[in-house]
Amino acid sequence: MAFASTWHPDFDPFSDVRRLHNQIDRLLGRQASTAAGAFPAVNLWAGPDSIAVTAELPGVAPDDVEVSVREDVLTIRGSRAAATISEPVGWHRRERSHGHFQRLVQLPFRVAPDRVEARVTNGVLAVELHRPEQDKPRRIEIKS
Amino acid sequence: MEQKLTQATAQALAPETEGLEQTRPRRVYRPLADIYETDSGIVLSLEMPGVPADGVEVTLEKRVLTIRGRAGVKRPETYRQIYAEYGEGDYERSFTLSADIDAERINAVCRHGVLTLELPKAEEAKPRQINVRAA
Repeated sequence: MAFASTWHPDFDPFSDVRRLHNQIDRLLGRQASTAAGAFPAVNLWAGPDSIAVTAELPGVAPDDVEVSVREDVLTIRGSRAAATISEPVGWHRRERSHGHFQRLVQLPFRVAPDRVEARVTNGVLAVELHRPEQDKPRRIEIKS
Repeated sequence: MEQKLTQATAQALAPETEGLEQTRPRRVYRPLADIYETDSGIVLSLEMPGVPADGVEVTLEKRVLTIRGRAGVKRPETYRQIYAEYGEGDYERSFTLSADIDAERINAVCRHGVLTLELPKAEEAKPRQINVRAA
């Protein structure tokens, strides 16, 4: 996933195509086809002077996720544990994957590292990031 | 006129002919699953991120096991979506089981968006050793 350098929150010519592609995959029961099958799949949400990133992390305990931010890059890393089975078994389906993962998400603007909130609810990670005070657009008073 | 009528009839019938009609305007996804069988039973784990434990519905009718999950998505109103790699919605998947299951002893746990179902085999379905005597 890469944002062009001329990124504007209202303009992404391919978002609809990408969304449709992912939705077709999901409806057919395939894992969302991100850039290189990147895990986790992320959604981005824009708010006033803030951005929220949500990611699906099924089976990952909150303690097994590490979220860090630097300038305008958010890093999500962690691991998904494989099921521990002691008995000999016969597999009928093996569709879930496990192991370590790392994902770097390019944000549309620099964020304040001390104002990042992250929580995991029912296997969905939600990170809320804010634009630093000094980067916010300021209204200039016009004197007559 | 005739054509209009046909269209109207088709529209009226469509929801029923397609089976279940959703009362919520949500997408329904097929959760990824791991299924394995041991001597004592079958274990399923299904990925349903966003689904709380009370949003899961498991039904077993004859040998058809159906799992439904309703995602409890709460979206802040001040945010609008700018980029999407995954869709939010509900989950549904059915399986036809190969062995007779003791429906009374099904154990279901939903943790971190993964539903784990333990289906113990019914006593009569367990493999039994038959002693063969020499006549």
